[in-house]
This record gives sequence, structure tokens and C-alpha cells, in this order.
Amino acid sequence: MVKIREYFTYRGGVGHWSWILHRATGVGVFLFLLIHIVDIALVGWGPELFNKLLFLYRYPPFRVGEVLLVAAVLYHALNGIRICIIDFWPQATVIHRKLVYAVGAVFTVVFIPVAIYMLSAVVK
Amino acid sequence: MNAASRPRPESGLELYAWMFMRISGVALLVLALGHLLVMHIINNVDNIDFRFVAERYATPFWRTYDLVMLWLALIHGLNGIRTLLGDYVRPQGWRVFSLAALYVLGFIVLALGTLTILTFQPPSAMASAAGIFH
Repeated sequence: MVKIREYFTYRGGVGHWSWILHRATGVGVFLFLLIHIVDIALVGWGPELFNKLLFLYRYPPFRVGEVLLVAAVLYHALNGIRICIIDFWPQATVIHRKLVYAVGAVFTVVFIPVAIYMLSAVVK
Repeated sequence: MNAASRPRPESGLELYAWMFMRISGVALLVLALGHLLVMHIINNVDNIDFRFVAERYATPFWRTYDLVMLWLALIHGLNGIRTLLGDYVRPQGWRVFSLAALYVLGFIVLALGTLTILTFQPPSAMASAAGIFH
């Protein structure tokens, strides 16, 4: 079995951390997708059950989870673009660190206002 | 050194899987981020309820959107987990077992999601019986 410790001691630089984050966010989004398919399936049982269930998603801890979900999808999407760039234009390997920083920059610029907006809807 | 991802497979099913991840990924950039924007940012769980879903599914556009997104996202995710199981579950027996469990789970969830999207009726009869459409 792979030792967890090796994940943090292997010195692969920024590409290594991108790879870890891509896997972690991918697993997180996949697990949510499974839950989400099941909860939406309840719509087939009619409005009473479905509306009752939705109150669960309105609890503040779930709203924070929703923001984390957006973060995971956004990171996975932006890093996915980076992966495609490197895969289809191998010359881009020369600037691969800049691409990692670009992913971080775009993520920060998009996510911070979105997170503030989403959380302000919970607080109000 | 490849700074990005797994090396491109030479041929066969693994090459198609590799290519599928990239093509579905680009499609999901639009579909999944669009879904988050519409359902979690412009709207949110405060104003989404059964009625919202019923109105949304009254025309084929969102059903088609959701169906394409469901299939692409789920197969993209299943293939991703398949990759992780191949990387981390080393004993042969456990690997075969975990992959089989993944495929069974994937099939069930894909069938459930597809049925939900295709068979949902925005039924005035059902809704008024429950007293939410007056």
C-alpha cells in the first residue's frame, strides 16, 4: 500500500501539489455527485417528501459544504484546463510553474467573491 | 518530465479513456460550472423547491442539459475513481473486488439519475393534490 507520508515528503514541487489537489477534489466532487443523484431522485416521490428533504440542505453547515463544493469543482476545472494545455501543447511544459500559479490566481479571483456572495445569503 | 498528468496511453481502451477524460472535462467546464452558477449562485437552496424543479423540467432544454451533464460527469468520475483504485489498491483480489463494486454502484446511480430526469412529470394533478399549486 502507498504510504501517506510519501505524499508529503516526495519533493515534486508545485506539479506534485496540483496532482494531489486534483485527486482530492475529484474524489470529493464524485462523492457529492452520488449523494446528489439520490437526493434529486426523491423528486419522483412528489413535492411533500422532496420539499421536506430540502430543509436539510438549508442548514448552515450544509451551506458551508456547498461553498466547499463550488471550490472543489472550480479548482478541478481550472487545473483540468492546465492539464489539457500541457498534454496537447507539450511546449507549455517550459512554463508549467507559471500555469500552476495562473490556476491559483484565477481560482482566487473567482472564488473569493463567489464565496462571499454565497455565504452572505446564509447570514442574512 | 511530464508536469501534468498520466502519460498518454499508446492505444486501445486506455487511450479512449484518456481522451474521454479530456473531452468530457472540457464539456463539463461549461455544463458543471453553468449548473453551479444557475442552481447555487443565481438561485440557491432558499428558492429551489419542488415547484422550481417542475417549472424547470416543463420544457426539454434543462432535461437534456441535465441528462448530458449526468452521463458525462458520472462516467468522468467513475473513470477517475477507477484510476485511483488501480493506483492504490495493490492486492489483486481487493482490486478486482473494488472495481466490481465501483461498476455496480456506477450502473445503479446512472440508471437512477437517468430515470429521474426522463420520467419526472410536472403534474398539475400531483401538485394540486399536495396543495402547493393553488
